[in-house]
Amino acid sequence: MSEMKKIKNLKEFSTSADRFEGANLLCPGCAHSIIVREVLNATNDDLVLSASTGCLEVCTAVYPYTSWDASWIHIGFENSSTAVAGAESMYKVLKRKNRLKQPERNPKFVSFAGDGASYDIGFQWISGCMERGHNIMHVVLDNEVYANTGGQRSSSTPIGSSATTSPAGRVSYGEKKNKKDLMGIMAAHGIPYAAQVAPNKWKDMVKKIQHGFSVDGPVFINAVSPCTTEWKFDPKDTMHLTDLATDSLVFPLYEIIDGHELNITYRPKNVVPVEEYLAAQGRFKHLFKDEYKYLIKEWQERVDAQWAYLQRREEARV
Amino acid sequence: MAFDKMELRDIEVWDGNFAAAQALRQSQVDVVAAYPITPSTPIVEGYAKFTSDGYVEGEFVMVESEHAAMSACIGAAAAGGRVATATSSQGFALMVETLYQASGMRLPIVLNVVNRALAAPLNVNGDHSDMYLGRDSGWIQLDAYCPQDAYDLNFVAFRVSEDHDVRLPCMVHQDGFMTSHTAQGVHTLTDDKAYGFVGDFKPMNDMLDFEHPVTHGVQTEEDWHFEHKARQHNDLMTKVMPKIQAAFDDFEKLSGRKYNIVEKYDMDDADVCVVCLGTSVETAREVATEMRAEGIKAGVVGIRVIRPFPFLEIAEALKGVKAIAALDRSSPNGTVGMLFNEIAGSLFNTDTKAMLSGYVYGLGGRDLTKAHLVALFKELQANIDAGKVTTPLQQFIGVRGPKLAYL
Ligand SMILES: Cc1ncc(C[n+]2csc(CCOP(=O)(O)OP(=O)(O)O)c2C)c(N)n1
Ligand code: SF4
Repeated sequence: MSEMKKIKNLKEFSTSADRFEGANLLCPGCAHSIIVREVLNATNDDLVLSASTGCLEVCTAVYPYTSWDASWIHIGFENSSTAVAGAESMYKVLKRKNRLKQPERNPKFVSFAGDGASYDIGFQWISGCMERGHNIMHVVLDNEVYANTGGQRSSSTPIGSSATTSPAGRVSYGEKKNKKDLMGIMAAHGIPYAAQVAPNKWKDMVKKIQHGFSVDGPVFINAVSPCTTEWKFDPKDTMHLTDLATDSLVFPLYEIIDGHELNITYRPKNVVPVEEYLAAQGRFKHLFKDEYKYLIKEWQERVDAQWAYLQRREEARV
Repeated sequence: MAFDKMELRDIEVWDGNFAAAQALRQSQVDVVAAYPITPSTPIVEGYAKFTSDGYVEGEFVMVESEHAAMSACIGAAAAGGRVATATSSQGFALMVETLYQASGMRLPIVLNVVNRALAAPLNVNGDHSDMYLGRDSGWIQLDAYCPQDAYDLNFVAFRVSEDHDVRLPCMVHQDGFMTSHTAQGVHTLTDDKAYGFVGDFKPMNDMLDFEHPVTHGVQTEEDWHFEHKARQHNDLMTKVMPKIQAAFDDFEKLSGRKYNIVEKYDMDDADVCVVCLGTSVETAREVATEMRAEGIKAGVVGIRVIRPFPFLEIAEALKGVKAIAALDRSSPNGTVGMLFNEIAGSLFNTDTKAMLSGYVYGLGGRDLTKAHLVALFKELQANIDAGKVTTPLQQFIGVRGPKLAYL
């Protein structure tokens, strides 16, 4: 195993590699680019990358330009995981056959995909890759919506959110279903490592990504990715929104090792009320009408229950 | 781990599936990612067994669907090695999205398609509906008529597909059950000779060259998309045929077996002829010989390369004939058959003003009998004798119930 990259501070971290260029077409304030940089900057190893159809893909490889300075492939919406798993299979063969051009290199294989491409259409492909034990990392850029096609709901879209296919209206508060627990489902594959990360907690992110790269087998990473356009907030507030997500425990940071051992990796000193998180985003604006206030209460109860559950699991060490 | 060579007899009794599996072994395919479907399954089972027994050093990736199979093949091919898989019917249909992605990314992949009907109704037997479903997907498509062809054409497929001037994926078709499950004597190549013919894989823009990172599968809108597609089409139209011809020539030198882009049988002085694909070519040849004994100057044109379509070679082969039957083993669903269309297109600006009739036959594995072909050749001759087309433009052969004919 190659030595882990040592990172002293945020400044050094943010400028420590340029395999994903700042020159891209993502919206100002888009968290996708921050997360991608953080993942790539966590390692000095060579990388083989893939992306699903979605904001990240259409904004970073528009012919004749590319924002990627590492090998990168996009096939379709659903199969970024399998694309990189195919490359990983070829790597294994060529290594065995002594046909690698740089045999001393120890590449990491990473696929990036949106929540639509992971929670929904690409679900089967990711599950297949996890079950087969490919040495890949699948990173979800979880903005809880199909952003690239203009804001339709996905199975990651949280209850009460107004999306274009589950719009809030005169008689509807928007999305009716709770967000799917993809972390739980992926961990249930018995994979060596699954973790939730957030771009504001970059040290936690680096630790987890490095851990992910150090294990042998499939790794699942779910990254919260505030979307200025669909969550409806000011581009300068991306990190503020991310802080609210992690500090309200709406998006708790934890990891699951070998499918069962759960560790909470971030405990906010001052837990922010969920209401504050919701209030900061246009997609939940309608929930503050009197008739829907009960939903905000339910939101808080759900988040509290989830937090209690995570803590119980952590304590139980099973 | 090194792989062991396999001693083969000069002639082995193999069915088409096993013949294709042996070709994958002898080509030492690096990655096969596959999902099973009848009747193609034994091809990838064969490769898997060869791998388990140490006759191949590659990776067999048993994925969870055909879409994933081709997705993994694309990733593996982009990484820079030899890649192949097999499928049929519904599996082929599930792959269609990725077929366009493979060819659009100019990745060499060999796909053995054991042709089978498309549901509904569900049917596991052979027809060409899946073959035709893939015909605009930018792949080279070769057609085997028997197990021997299924073996030989795989080598040709790797050679042409991996050529750096071509870099387009290639399908090798064979008829479900009729070829895939019928054992015949197959003339073999030694492992060394076979591998020598396909040669070592030479990567290009490979993702595993870390000194030269590459971006595959970009976005292009109206400013570039047309240029990419036009270039791809141009290469398919202009570069592929000469490469196939060269591969056929070299293969003949190696094996003594001669393949042609268009397989002409008794066509030198033919008045009537049948144009067809797959196993029906052999049946048609037998019947043509019998018709000649009856005084009908019959010939057969077998298409070997479906994409790119050999327009010029077809026009040349059909020069001078008076009546042609295009045999389509798929339901055209709302138009004339695919071969009818292509042949009409091949002849339109030529001096050949033959009468052209379309026949649909053999759907879902229904037999095409010699008696069917005798009647068909006689119909063509009757048209010549009458000096005009007296039969419908489109007929269905041997279907129960009222005769189905149109136009
Ligand atoms: C098979 C297929 N179905 C639908 C689409 C259209 N499509 C492209 S991107 C996209 C949404 C992407 O959403 P997500 O994965 O959440 O990524 P985001 O854009 O939000 O980052 C959709 C629906 C497609 N490209 N392919
Ligand atoms: S729409 Fe959202 S996810 Fe897409 S680029 Fe803009 S901010 Fe990023």
